[in-house]
Amino acid sequence: MRFLPLILRNSWRNRRRTLLTIASIGVSMCLLGVMIAMYSAFWLSKPRDNQALRLVVRNRVSLAVFLPLAYQQQIEKIPGVREVMVDTWFGGVYKDAREARNNFPRFSVEPGKLFTLFPEWSIPEDQKQAFIHERTACVIGRDLANTFGFHLGDRIPLQGDIFPGNFEFTVRGIFDAASNSDVMYFNKEYIDQALPERRRGFVDTFYVLIDDPQHSSRIAEAIDAEFRNSTGATKTESEQAFVVGFLSMLGNVRMFLVWISAAVMFTILLVSANTMAMSVRERVREVGVLKTLGFTPGTILGLILGEAAAISVAGGAIGYLISTLLLKGVQRSPMGGFLPALRVVDPLIAAVCIALAVSIGLVSSLVPALGASRAPIVEALRSTD
Amino acid sequence: MAIPLSYNLRNLVVRRTTTLMTALGIALTVAVLLAVLALVDGLHVTLATSGDPRHVLVMRKGGTSELTSLVTRAQFQDLKFHSGIATGSDGQPLASLELITLISLQAEGSGTGDNVTIRGVMPAGIAMRHNVKLVAGRWFRQGVNEAVVGKSLSDQYPAARIGKKLRMGRSDWQIVGVMDAAGGAQASEIWGDVNQVAADWNRSLYMSSALVEAPDAATAKALVNSIGDDTRLDLGAELETDYFARQTQSAEPIEYTGIFVAIIMAIGSSFAAMNTMYAAVARRSREIGTLRVLGFSKLSILTSFWLESVLLAGLGGVIGCLLVLPLNGVTTEVGANFSQLAFAFHVTPESMVAGVVFAIALGSVGGLFPAAAAARKEILSALREI
Repeated sequence: MRFLPLILRNSWRNRRRTLLTIASIGVSMCLLGVMIAMYSAFWLSKPRDNQALRLVVRNRVSLAVFLPLAYQQQIEKIPGVREVMVDTWFGGVYKDAREARNNFPRFSVEPGKLFTLFPEWSIPEDQKQAFIHERTACVIGRDLANTFGFHLGDRIPLQGDIFPGNFEFTVRGIFDAASNSDVMYFNKEYIDQALPERRRGFVDTFYVLIDDPQHSSRIAEAIDAEFRNSTGATKTESEQAFVVGFLSMLGNVRMFLVWISAAVMFTILLVSANTMAMSVRERVREVGVLKTLGFTPGTILGLILGEAAAISVAGGAIGYLISTLLLKGVQRSPMGGFLPALRVVDPLIAAVCIALAVSIGLVSSLVPALGASRAPIVEALRSTD
Repeated sequence: MAIPLSYNLRNLVVRRTTTLMTALGIALTVAVLLAVLALVDGLHVTLATSGDPRHVLVMRKGGTSELTSLVTRAQFQDLKFHSGIATGSDGQPLASLELITLISLQAEGSGTGDNVTIRGVMPAGIAMRHNVKLVAGRWFRQGVNEAVVGKSLSDQYPAARIGKKLRMGRSDWQIVGVMDAAGGAQASEIWGDVNQVAADWNRSLYMSSALVEAPDAATAKALVNSIGDDTRLDLGAELETDYFARQTQSAEPIEYTGIFVAIIMAIGSSFAAMNTMYAAVARRSREIGTLRVLGFSKLSILTSFWLESVLLAGLGGVIGCLLVLPLNGVTTEVGANFSQLAFAFHVTPESMVAGVVFAIALGSVGGLFPAAAAARKEILSALREI
């Protein structure tokens, strides 16, 4: 530890090189930070309190196959279930479907239950009541309102495809959510009204609110057992698992993240190794002098390893800070809606980034450091390079 | 007078460890970019071979996806006798009413299910798609719950192999054959008799889309317009090739993310290249002084060091191309239109050239400042440096 000032002074000797190395590591580390955060949001994180209380029930065959509405009453009777809400993907066309932003997600739901299922969304009480009491009302997320400039009282026309017909909804509420809220909800009664008799009474999914996160797997199993021998067998999973499954339709996201992270990490390793090799090569004579003064090979090894670690930790810290900015962007992007568990600042991820930076620094400088610590004094002093 | 290029080449060889490490860093950046381009190109190739320029896809007016389109049986009866549709060998119009839906299949060793397209077709629909060939078993019979699966699916999902029974809408289906589509998207689908599929999904009236064939590509364009203009039909039409070309949108998120990552990595590697070149300039101070004494101008020193950086980056670009080549032909899948689509990575010569150009651009930015520093050195002080 008492050599810390020496290490810092050494690393600051060639300022330009150190700064360039820190910048290079920092830029790469910020990518790594974003990817670690996304990976952990998908596969490692525990769902947030509210999310942990929600299960999604769908048809075992696929999301494109409906479930009978009658299941709702049976699910309500299962112990531990507090509320069951119908949630059906409406699809439909807003203006021109060829323009990507017009294809925002829209769901038909039960207005009275929506904000019970999603208590983390905030909406003024009067707007909520208006949504519940008016059959053609809809509520939209703040992001959607901003995208199109929708205000309370505006009308949004939709042409149905899965549910044929022309519908017009009045915006009665705008809710705020922490993640992306590019979404629209309306009353399923309004849609049912327009459907022929034999098409009514079918739903995409049931959102189930349970009493305790600890019971989620037991309740999910109980729901699936209830319908195992019916015409439409169900698949019940946590909301988080449902979202990850939905996202896997985009391709093998997991493999994508792992491969890019590996490439980025290897690049940082190369950059750092290169820098350390260059700076050690310049200082061979100096190492000889230090040894003459009585520094042991172990201390010399420590000095060089420490210098590399200091540089890459600086890069790692800067990279992590940039990554939090990028993550904020990811959270507001349409992707953010799929990543409810994404946290912009997470001490654990910060610790992982710094630990990665330290180990990259140590590994990359091991070869030049060993070389320097083992060099015989006479040879080192004779070096002219 | 310019300094010979061999001077730079030899310098790169002398410092081979540093050269190689810097080049490898650049190579990885290029490899990430190329892998993403190969993925997008592979998807383009698959979708381009899926459509036939003579085919016209008929959907609901304004419909953009077969999955959410609606075409009734009555509309199809009118459509079938629309003028401009070619007739098949049996004297019937080449038109197939189709129903598209999804089921979830579980891949080997994965817990989650993937959505797979089920397509109910008419016999004309099989005859029209010349790229689709049976590779094992036989075609399904009409009026029975039998299905033929695409080769990509039967390779990937144990539940979708020949002889197996598959649970679909409400009943079990016998898999009797495997089809391949010469690289087309149909290899990721399961086909059955349209009437059976409709019955199984309880959709007696509304089917999804219709595929019709024109005598040749030129008349197909006219057929698209005449179907679209027919107010009695009230349907929309587009060339099948256009429809598939539009599906490439599904790879856009991956494409944009990949390019973004490659650019950030490029910034990192250009800093690293800068570092290497600064070190090269510092070590060769005396050499630079000597070159100046010999009469080489400041400009030729600048060009020489800048070229060295470009060479270094170019080497990285070439290594990056070599790193990505083994990826060529590896199959992967993306979700298109809510279902799985299998295709192979396709590393094109164009994207390899683009990769090398990308590397060179990165090297020239990274090399500019060190080269300028080299050119600015005073002759005497440069000679005195050790």
